[in-house]
Amino acid sequence: MVSKPHGGKLVRRIVADRTRERILSEQKEYPRVDIDHGRAIDLENIAHGVYSPLKGFLTSDDFGSVLDHMRLSDDTPWTIPIVLDINERNFDEGDAVLLYHDGLPIARMHVEEIYTYDKREFSTKVFKTDDPAHPGVARVMGMGDYLVGGEIELLNELPNPFAKYTLRPVETRVLFKERGWRTIVAFQTRNAPHVGHEYVQKAALTFVDGLFINPVLGKKKKGDYKDEVIIKAYEALFKHYYPKNAATLATVRYEMRYAGPREAIHHAIMRKNFGATHFIVGRDHAGVGDYYGPYEAWEMFDNFPDLGITPMFIREAFYCRKCGGMVNAKICPHGEEFHVHISGTKLRKMIMAGEQPPEYMMRPEVFEVIRSFENPFVE
Amino acid sequence: MAEEKKYTTVSIPKPLYDKIKARIEGTGFTSVSDYVTYVLREVLASLEEEEKEEVFTEEEEEKVKERLRALGYLD
Repeated sequence: MVSKPHGGKLVRRIVADRTRERILSEQKEYPRVDIDHGRAIDLENIAHGVYSPLKGFLTSDDFGSVLDHMRLSDDTPWTIPIVLDINERNFDEGDAVLLYHDGLPIARMHVEEIYTYDKREFSTKVFKTDDPAHPGVARVMGMGDYLVGGEIELLNELPNPFAKYTLRPVETRVLFKERGWRTIVAFQTRNAPHVGHEYVQKAALTFVDGLFINPVLGKKKKGDYKDEVIIKAYEALFKHYYPKNAATLATVRYEMRYAGPREAIHHAIMRKNFGATHFIVGRDHAGVGDYYGPYEAWEMFDNFPDLGITPMFIREAFYCRKCGGMVNAKICPHGEEFHVHISGTKLRKMIMAGEQPPEYMMRPEVFEVIRSFENPFVE
Repeated sequence: MAEEKKYTTVSIPKPLYDKIKARIEGTGFTSVSDYVTYVLREVLASLEEEEKEEVFTEEEEEKVKERLRALGYLD
């Protein structure tokens, strides 16, 4: 049986056609709030239940509880504040407002509360640092001075160049059921796959019915693989190396926070809502720089006996010349002199130089796909 | 900002309290309250897991299957 949605019920906040038409015909009567792409994606994730049980942006009770206890005020595990910030108050509590992105009205919001917050406290509690060099901290420091809490209703989907690859939780749940999968392990990624990823995914798949690869698409750092490259590379891997009925690929749009251990829990909750029963947690999951210990995210799961999804802690894979295959530190008895670690940076350099990586690092079919792009990396 | 999380008192038999206190020594639990909270969350979550699963209406499910077929996820 697939996982129950977090909080017990899959949230869907999409207005029916007739109501939508009425709201849009009256749109000039609502105060207008323009939101950035990251918040628009959060809104989409709330509306489609990726963030169940949230029905909207956090009010102050929930916000404070998430910061202090990593739980919503009703004790449901929740580690990342999903908030809407504004600079100017051109509406009041109790109002309904329309949220716009790029000139498109995408949601109606019922404003329950407008409140102030401490950016430094937000940063130190969520990111464990207030260093402005941390990308999550930098974003919080640039946020508006007020937060607005309240429920939302989706009016329009955001334009999505990858709609064909985007499945919502309601769809993955039906898909898993139709495939007869009772246990599903989810894998979160922001990279084109190398053999180390494949090893980790297949090691996990050995113990469950199905593998759900769920790449995160959205804002990226310079040097990251472009979204279309990640998708095409995985398609090649699936075609040549994955059993057809035991693995599936669908994307989700999401803005990384780089909150390390807290974000690992959030990623697990998102995949629970997609129906996954297990979640692969890697080394330095959702980390950046050296702000978090390599296995701190693993330890974080100890705080949540009620998470409702089982983490699978799989060690980093490397190639051992003596074993003659991919292994990890737990199963390989040989010394470091036999080990070849797969570095993303090294792979990138080889790809940029047009040099084919050895097969124990990257499948040739995957490399061919990546090479077919004029520039596979974000500039 | 929310106030400090509110707590309430639950009574448990003293011998049970002592047993727990002895058991948590040297573990990551810093108090009997922490341990009891952890165990209760675990128990409640497993009870909730056993509750009946949410079911989609037939019409809703058929619509989803149609999209999944169109996208090549289902045959």
